[in-house]
Amino acid sequence: MTKKQSQVIIYIILTIVSVVAVFPFIWTIISATHTNTQIFNPSYAMIPQSSFVGNLLDLQASMPIWNNLFNSIFITVTFTALTLFLDSMAGYGFAKYKFKGRNVLFFACLITMMIPSQVTMVPLFIQVTKMNWVNTSWAVIMPGLAAMFGVFLMRQSFEQFPNDLIESSRIDGAGEIRIFFQVVAPAMKPAFASLGILTFVQQWGNYMWPLIVLNSEKSYTLPLAIAMLVSPGAVINYGAVMVGAVIAFLPVLIFFLLFQKNFIQGMLSGAVKG
Amino acid sequence: MGYKLKQKLAPVIFIGPFLIVFAIFMLYPILYSIVLSLGKYRAGNIVFVGLKNYQYLLTEGLFYKSLLNTFIILIIQVPCMTVLALIFGCLLNSAIVKGKGLFRMFTFMPVLIDAVSYSVVFSLLFSENGGFVNNILNVFGISSQNWFSSGPLAISVIMIALTWRWTGYNSVIMLSGLQNISNDLYEAASIDGANTFVKFWKITIPQLKPVLLFSIFNSINGTLQLFTEPNLLTSGGPANSTMTAVLYLYKVGFKQFNFGIASAGSYILAILIAVLTFIQLHVTKED
Repeated sequence: MTKKQSQVIIYIILTIVSVVAVFPFIWTIISATHTNTQIFNPSYAMIPQSSFVGNLLDLQASMPIWNNLFNSIFITVTFTALTLFLDSMAGYGFAKYKFKGRNVLFFACLITMMIPSQVTMVPLFIQVTKMNWVNTSWAVIMPGLAAMFGVFLMRQSFEQFPNDLIESSRIDGAGEIRIFFQVVAPAMKPAFASLGILTFVQQWGNYMWPLIVLNSEKSYTLPLAIAMLVSPGAVINYGAVMVGAVIAFLPVLIFFLLFQKNFIQGMLSGAVKG
Repeated sequence: MGYKLKQKLAPVIFIGPFLIVFAIFMLYPILYSIVLSLGKYRAGNIVFVGLKNYQYLLTEGLFYKSLLNTFIILIIQVPCMTVLALIFGCLLNSAIVKGKGLFRMFTFMPVLIDAVSYSVVFSLLFSENGGFVNNILNVFGISSQNWFSSGPLAISVIMIALTWRWTGYNSVIMLSGLQNISNDLYEAASIDGANTFVKFWKITIPQLKPVLLFSIFNSINGTLQLFTEPNLLTSGGPANSTMTAVLYLYKVGFKQFNFGIASAGSYILAILIAVLTFIQLHVTKED
């Protein structure tokens, strides 16, 4: 096989893979412009029609979709900000201060990464119910903050930060907290970006836990609202559901196209989770 | 406040806030779930029943079936996807291809869509009446398949969906591993007259082993906790043939509100995952 031939074969395979990967996105966007019958009619396949606004109105009529969108944004943004705040501070504490029992404490916490989240679901549900948090965003936000993964990731990054810089800031008379926020954190932007993006994408698509603690339509997140629209027994308006799906994936997709490199790096940082 | 005292207090200030959240929403629930798994929960009180919940599960046919289904998906889908991801990763890394960034971007996209939206989209693509996949099959003269009415077909839809979503992600993981392999190794092998396949088996695979294992164990962990796809695509049907372990636990815990049994089941799952993690650490250490 000549170089030219193998080049052509590789291009063909990669093109097929790309088309398969992207096709469902395009199909969903086009189906959002179809009526219920057009979606299942092969002669309309992949040809945009004019029912997008109608589908959007149907969606609005069957779900408080703007509330759901707001809930998703509020939960995801708050959760990501709090995760970055708590995990970076804890990661820095574990990386840069020596104190008695540090390693024992860190590894004791780390073991919880091995425990599947299903273990704490029932007790957390009872707890959240007692706190009167059911149907509030806090029921989704707070329990997830206890995950150890971000602390682990941030500790690894902070360990590479030069101690000399911290020492010289101390000699200059800066307090410990100021050193962290003004000297260390600004230099670790890539680590914050990675954890932030990973956390954002995971929480944006979070389904199982919100399904357990949110059960009024107004409190639903976007994925939950979409799932409820297709729940068994419901009369399903597929065009409206497709509009919902587009609202759910378009923001993430646009951010991805804008910040591709950071995104891939951030998503891959989840791979050390294993 | 003295300098020494400040430095001693600093870790408390930095780690303290996380530890408080950790204690309330991780430590306490873990301990509480052990108690729950040993009891029956009624109207806020726990009646101690010993190991009865565990005994019940170990004799419950549906729990076994759900574990078996999970393992079937694991044993077929994870190897298929890993091989595909390895191939695509190598192609994305190939020196003779231009526009790699563009291909990498496209293959990475599926992992960004939320699990619910993509499950709903796949349920429509595979719809039995006029779904896109059946329409394509019809074009090639193959009759429409009842994807969600037969166990094996329903389970394959879930595996196809999972493969669509995660192959690109794993390809990019492989790609990052491949980019770290020194070119000198390949050049030295070329001088020794090794062909592409020899180079692949003797250099690429051994050098990529840690990354490969990462990707595999990641996928195994994810598959063991499979929930969204079976819940939305098939609701565990037909006749429980796509019931996965976590879907079973969800139904026992939050549809039947049998908290004791759900907690016991989650511990059985945790033990399975712990065993796998142990094997993983062992295998990875050998290098």
